[in-house]
Amino acid sequence: MCGIVGLHLRDPDLYPQLGTLLEAMLGQVVERGPDSAGVAVYGDRRRCPDGYAAVSVLAGRAGPPPGEALAADFVDLVVTEAGATTVIAAPVTVDDLLAAVRRALPHARVVGSGTDLTVYKGTGHPRALARAYDLAGAQGWQGLAHTRMATESAVTPEGCHPFSVGPDQCLVHNGSFANHATIRRDLEFEGVSFDSANDSEVGARFLAARLAKGEDLDKALRALCEAFDGFYTLLVTSKDGFAVVRDAIACKPAIIAETGRWVAMASEFRALAGLPGIEDARIYEPEPERVYAWTR
Amino acid sequence: MDALTRKTVTVDLSVTSVRELNRQLHAPAARAYEVLHPQGAHALAAGLKDPVTVDIRGHAGYYAAGMNDGGTVTVHGSAGTGVAENMMSGTVRVTGDASQSAGATGHGGLLVIEGSASMRCGISMKGIDIVVGGDIGPMSAFMAQAGRLVVCGEAGDGLGDSIYEARLYIRGKARSLGADCVEKPMRDEHGRELAALLTAAGLGHDPAEFRRYGSARTLYHFTAHNEY
Repeated sequence: MCGIVGLHLRDPDLYPQLGTLLEAMLGQVVERGPDSAGVAVYGDRRRCPDGYAAVSVLAGRAGPPPGEALAADFVDLVVTEAGATTVIAAPVTVDDLLAAVRRALPHARVVGSGTDLTVYKGTGHPRALARAYDLAGAQGWQGLAHTRMATESAVTPEGCHPFSVGPDQCLVHNGSFANHATIRRDLEFEGVSFDSANDSEVGARFLAARLAKGEDLDKALRALCEAFDGFYTLLVTSKDGFAVVRDAIACKPAIIAETGRWVAMASEFRALAGLPGIEDARIYEPEPERVYAWTR
Repeated sequence: MDALTRKTVTVDLSVTSVRELNRQLHAPAARAYEVLHPQGAHALAAGLKDPVTVDIRGHAGYYAAGMNDGGTVTVHGSAGTGVAENMMSGTVRVTGDASQSAGATGHGGLLVIEGSASMRCGISMKGIDIVVGGDIGPMSAFMAQAGRLVVCGEAGDGLGDSIYEARLYIRGKARSLGADCVEKPMRDEHGRELAALLTAAGLGHDPAEFRRYGSARTLYHFTAHNEY
């Protein structure tokens, strides 16, 4: 199982509605993973103002609240508590903010970073989590959400998708990779470090390494199809766009809908049923091992 | 069934649960039902065992009309994974497209998809007839055992892999054939059965435009007398 929804808006008039549209989509994949959910939003200026970097963390209960721990480092800090997640934004570079967060909050898990991206993770009913994240209030140009049917590791906030391991990058995965341990060893040999034993994180790290070398989403995902064995429907987002790919057998569901105003992807049609103009959308299922990518 | 009302019963899924809908359909009080606001819900009109007519006004989710045994179900929209899976008898029609595994394991009845069907259409079909107005996706009719699959458009990769005895009629190109699936001559009896299926589906194509595919029957038995 696992449920995926993603929405890439082409029409800026829809940006103020991103959160409400995404929340309605998330509500339709609750049964596919009813005990945890992760969300990523691109362009939510409430929480990552223009000219700011944002780092999303799972701070845990040990230590001081993130806002207090970082108050001495930055004057114009914007800190948002959203359930288990805290989003910290400051008018500095992503690397500087990341370094400060790691120094001030050594036990916190960084779950997202960038100049455009905010990530939320938590355990509980996905509808309750959407309220905790104030998803309905989110504005922006792109977002995704994932409900997880945990198969290989515990139901924890850290185990939620998306895996966001590069700047403004996210990967959500329905399926399981068979040869992730081999690829993990190869990446570790190249100097990549990991946060978890999760197979999906290996996919995210693999892509991040490729994107860091200058490849685009399309090329990096083709390389992933060559390297990875197993079952997957992946939705990958970056500061530039949105991409979908499935394995050669394609038993994990995916449906794409496109109009002039938006591109949407979901595990099931019903998650798309409420989108504006769905009745005139081009609706299709992605073919095996073909990369579908859209850029801004 | 004689005591059933002739009036069509309308069930609005914006106020009624799918479970309640199916409970009514499993002990029908009417000959005809209309389902409003399906919104892609799963298992709509699954498990019918009476000759009732069900019109679903909108898109259906997984397993719509699954296990149908005698019902006439029309999805006025598109259908999700496994529409009419394991159908025994009756008719299921989808006016839009169907997702994966349409008509999977079906034993009988007629499934008509006016649009296109995705991957694995007719997987392990066991006697069902499937007529698709558009294209079908890769790996369709995998291990098909009996029945007829008619495709008015094109077929994706790996058509009829490991097929037993089903007959596949494809009007457009088959991108590639699966293991043990071969093209076979269209004889008169095939033209006749194809014409009857197209008529039943309400499609006007000329049977002469189709090619027939089926099993080469080389995978029926393990090769005996291996010598090492």
